[in-house]
This record gives sequence, C-alpha cells and structure tokens, in this order.
Amino acid sequence: MRFYDLIFLAFSTLVRYPLRTLMLLIATSIGVMAVILLTAVGEGARDYITGQFKDMGTNLLFVVPGKNETSGGMGPVDLAGVAPRDLTVEDAISLRRIEGVKNIAPIVIGETPAQFNGLERSVPIIGTTPSFLAVRNWEMEVGNFLPGVTLDRSPPVCVIGKEVESELFGKNNAIGQWLRVGDRRCRVTGIIGTEGRAIGIDTQKIVVMPVSLATALFNRPSLFRIAVQASNTWEMDQIKKDIIRIIKKRHQGKEDITVIRQDAVMQSFDNIFNVLTMALASIASISLFVAGILIMNVMLVAVSQRQSEIGLLKAIGAKNKQISYLFMTEAIILSGTGAILGLVFGHTITQVLKLAFPTFNFLPPLWASFVSIIVALVSGIVFGLLPARRASKLDPVIALSGNK
Amino acid sequence: MIQLENLCRHFEVGNQIVRALDEVTLEINKKEYLSIMGVSGSGKSTLLNILGLLDTPTSGDYVLSGINTSKMNDDEMAHIRSTKIGFIFQSFHLIPRLTAAENVEIPMVLSGLNSKERKERADNALARVSLTDRADHRPEQLSGGQRQRVAIARSIVMEPDVLLADEPTGNLDSASSKEIIKLIEELNKGGLTLMLVTHDVEMGSRSDRLIELLDGKIINDKKN
Ligand SMILES: Nc1ncnc2c1ncn2[C@@H]1O[C@H](COP(=O)(O)OP(=O)(O)OP(=O)(O)O)[C@@H](O)[C@H]1O
Ligand SMILES: [Mg+2]
Repeated sequence: MRFYDLIFLAFSTLVRYPLRTLMLLIATSIGVMAVILLTAVGEGARDYITGQFKDMGTNLLFVVPGKNETSGGMGPVDLAGVAPRDLTVEDAISLRRIEGVKNIAPIVIGETPAQFNGLERSVPIIGTTPSFLAVRNWEMEVGNFLPGVTLDRSPPVCVIGKEVESELFGKNNAIGQWLRVGDRRCRVTGIIGTEGRAIGIDTQKIVVMPVSLATALFNRPSLFRIAVQASNTWEMDQIKKDIIRIIKKRHQGKEDITVIRQDAVMQSFDNIFNVLTMALASIASISLFVAGILIMNVMLVAVSQRQSEIGLLKAIGAKNKQISYLFMTEAIILSGTGAILGLVFGHTITQVLKLAFPTFNFLPPLWASFVSIIVALVSGIVFGLLPARRASKLDPVIALSGNK
Repeated sequence: MIQLENLCRHFEVGNQIVRALDEVTLEINKKEYLSIMGVSGSGKSTLLNILGLLDTPTSGDYVLSGINTSKMNDDEMAHIRSTKIGFIFQSFHLIPRLTAAENVEIPMVLSGLNSKERKERADNALARVSLTDRADHRPEQLSGGQRQRVAIARSIVMEPDVLLADEPTGNLDSASSKEIIKLIEELNKGGLTLMLVTHDVEMGSRSDRLIELLDGKIINDKKN
C-alpha cells in the first residue's frame, strides 16, 4: 500500500465522522495548548524574577541579621541561642577594612509621611549611602545621589522618586527644596530616573536619605541589611568568610548573621523556576495522555463499528499489517493535527496575553513546542496500537457477518 | 485446480461441536461453473469461506493450483486472496464514504499499484459492469443492483482465477438478479472459475454442475 493511499483512506474516514474527529482534535489541541500556556507562564515568572536580580550590580553579597540555620538538629535551645543582635552602621563601617570590597551600602527601610508646602503623602524610606547607586545600578534623572554622604557622615540631603516629585512639588523645581520627612528635614538633591521595583518598593514612590538620618528618624539603630560589592567574583567567598569573622567578633562571638551571595540566590531562583516550569509542563502533559486515552476509546469503538469494512478489506486481500497501519495512521493524523492546532492556539493566546499584560513577559519555551508535539504523537501511537491490533486480528468471517 | 480432501470445519459452541463441514471431498476444475445449494445452516457459506481462504479447516486438505493451503501463513493467504480470488457477498460490502470508482480501486490500493494503472483498470472493470457513468457516485446514490455491479467490478479488477459468490442476488429483486447472474455467467465464459451459493433452484440449474449440502456433507453432486 502506498503512503499517499494510506493517508487518503485514513483521511476519508476522519472526514466521514466530522463530529468525532473534531472532538478528538479539540482534546489533543487543549493538551498541547496547556503545555504551551503553562510553560509560558512559568518561564515568564522566571524571567521576571531573575530580571529583578539582573538589574542589580554584579558581585553582590548581602549581610542579613539572624542566622539562617539550614543544617539539622535545630532544637529550641539553639533557637534561643541565636536570637540575633542588631546589625548596625558600625558593623557596616567595620567591613571597610576587608580587602577586595568595592562598595558597602547599609540599608534601612521604613515608611513615614513626607511634606512640602502643605502637601503630604506617606512615602517608603530607604536609608543608605551613595554606594547604593552602584549596587542597584540606578540612574539619576537629574541631580546627585546623596552628595557628601558617607558611612559616618549624614548631611541632611535626600533624593526622591518621580511620583513623589510630581505629587509634592508639582510644577515647582524640587532640586534644592527642603522636604519635611517625619520630624526631620532634608534638602532634595536629585530625582531617581530608574523605574521599577527595589526590595519590593516602587522606585517612583520612594525617598532615599543618608543611613544615619534614617536610623534617627525611625529611632532604631538596626539595619535591614548591608549590601557589599566585591571587586571580583573570585574574591567573594573569601570576603564572605571575612564578613562573618568580623561581625562574629563584634557580636561577642555569636554568629548571628547570614551572608547571601546574590548570584547564588539568583541561581536558586532560576532553578526553582526551571523546576516549576517543568512541573507545569508535566501536569499539562497529563492532559495529552488523557487525550490519547480518549483517542484509544473512540478508535476501539470505531473498530467494532467498522467490523464489516475490516472483514471486507481482508476478503479482498488486505494483510493484517495493512489494517493495523490504517488505524495507526488515523490515530497519528488525529493526534498530529490536534497538536499543530494546539500549538497555533497556544502561541496565539500567549501573544494576546503579552499585549494584555505588557509588564509580564510570557515566554513559551521552544522545547515546550517540541516536547508537546512529540508527547502528542507518541500518545497517539501508543494509544492507537491497541485498536489497530484489535482490528488487524479480527477474524474476517466473523467481521464480515458483523454490523455494517 | 481445486481439491478438497476429507475437509472438516468444526465449531465449538459451549460443550457442543457443530460440524459445519464434515468430511468434504471435492474436486473443481478450471473454468467450471459450480452452484452450491442446501438448506440454511447446511454449511454453504462455511465452504465458500474456506475456498476463499477467509477461514481455515479444522482438518483435511485444501489444495489450490497445486499448493496445499494448510501450510500458508496469514500474509500468504492474504496475497492469494488479493491476486487469485474474487468475492461477492449478499450485502455488497461497499465502503460507504468512497465513490464507486474508489471502491473498485481498493484491492489495487492494497497491492500497491500506482494511481494511473488503477484508474485504467477501474475504468475497464466499471465498463464491463456497464457503470461507467456512475463512477463518481457513492453507494448510497446507487440502486441495489448497481451496488452489486460495483462489487463485481471490484472482485474482478485484480483479474482473479476464481470468483466466489455467496447469495449475490439475495438482496435483489428478480430483474436485478437476472442481470447480475447474466453478468457473472459472462465472466465465467471469459475464463473465470465460478462458485455460486444460491437458494434459487432455477438459478442452480443453469450451472455446469450443482452440489447439494446437508449438515456439512455433500449429498448430491450432479452435472447439468
Ligand atoms: N462462527 C461460528 N461459530 C459457531 N457455529 C458456526 C459459526 N459459523 C457457522 N456456524 C454454524 O455452522 C453451520 C453452517 O453455517 P453456514 O453459515 O455455513 O450455513 P449456510 O449454509 O451458509 O446457511 P445460510 O443459508 O443460512 O446462509 C451452521 O449450523 C452455523 O450455525
Ligand atoms: Mg450462508
């Protein structure tokens, strides 16, 4: 039997039962579509999260108060023993003597009302030093980022986000104006140009001030964390050890801090989201197998419905293999066409979603398209085997006397 | 060309054994026109199915053109059915979604002929059953007699040696029946060995030879 004839015969059957064919196509295409859409969401989420990290500077270490014990055996005694001491500006200053450290940016966060000329709004505050600009890779729209501020010097200056500028200053020039923040005053020296989020805060809505001004404003000495930027990647592990050693010494020998490598965090997020995308893809693949089982069921019914036709084909000389090819071809055409439809729908819907949610980058990975097509075809073949076998093994005499 | 030697076909139904064919010995010559008659359940169809290699005997030998068929596997039997044997049935067995011409082409499709040759041969076969103008009609658009003529065209398109017809006129009125019988008798005159199962005594008497079955045994075998 020629390949073209096989396709034609299988196709003629599929066209003959349009409703049945349509249902099976929908089942398969939904499976493939689910794989495309779910992996697009998974990859989009990964892209979004890792993008947040990539916006930051390189070679970053974060010093966070509290010991993050990951080894086992943590009893209540241990818990009590590691109650963290505050991380202070003095701790940050002590890190300056570590070799290979390029920037140190202590970070304090809080929220307080800001006032100008009778207008008031509540703003998130970040207290830090000029190093923060390099650590975060921020750009200034105009002006300078905390000029004259160091770890030990805190002149009353601040920079503000664009939204703070437009709401409090309106058409006035904000630069050089005195902004009232809580019970303090600071002079605006610049506007942050970068749009986006940092530590979960919208940069357009914030006020950034010297770290000591912020600790005084919130009346608590503890830092949220210290960002340390190394000159080189290979020095980071040594710097991490040095940080722990120095802080431990300052905290009466208690190791009550955790030092996180930014690249390690990013890597683990990357891994988590890879696993997530894979998990989503496998869940969606289940629906492909369900579609395969559906194809098998319908084909089994078709075999008994078409008994007399199978008997006739045998009577006029069809070999068992040819009968089985015929049914396999039907199953493969169904699953293959369904898969292609699913791809088209899936990619169309991701494009529509991209238009609807421009901030979120839906990225259906290339492998998802390949894998879903292959899984669809394989399930078509696997689940087509049983009906095809049953058809080819039919006794022609019984089949011929069967229903027509 | 056909020899049956002590041929038995038994069916087990529950604890009972049905002897559909019981020690049948029969020789059929090339180009012979043979009618098979007998009451319902006497084994006529069973005999025809075994002759057509659709069924295999429980015991005994069936030699076709000098080859003992008992040693053949499924594929070899399929090949013989495809090239040497033509079948016609009471219920036509046309594939409803295909046109008359496509139905006639099916045996050639299965044996892998190219479409040009198929078209030529199908046209010829349809001309021989006078259905050239109905080539593109589907079975549901044809009368019973026309459908059987399509089936006949399909059965001869591979130029077989033997034509097996199991009550081919059973579903037809008497006018169409006459037409069909005339057609297959012409094919027999053209050189085809013809075996016809019928309930019609008059039809049976037209053949060269008539055998009668009862309970799976040949009880009568006479030349006309
Ligand atoms: N698959 C089967 N299983 C069991 N018994 C069968 C089977 N096929 C045929 N038989 C029995 O074998 C006997 C002969 O059947 P067969 O179909 O050959 O009769 P027939 O002469 O063609 O009858 P009819 O004129 O009604 O077509 C019957 O008794 C039938 O019941
Ligand atoms: Mg019968």
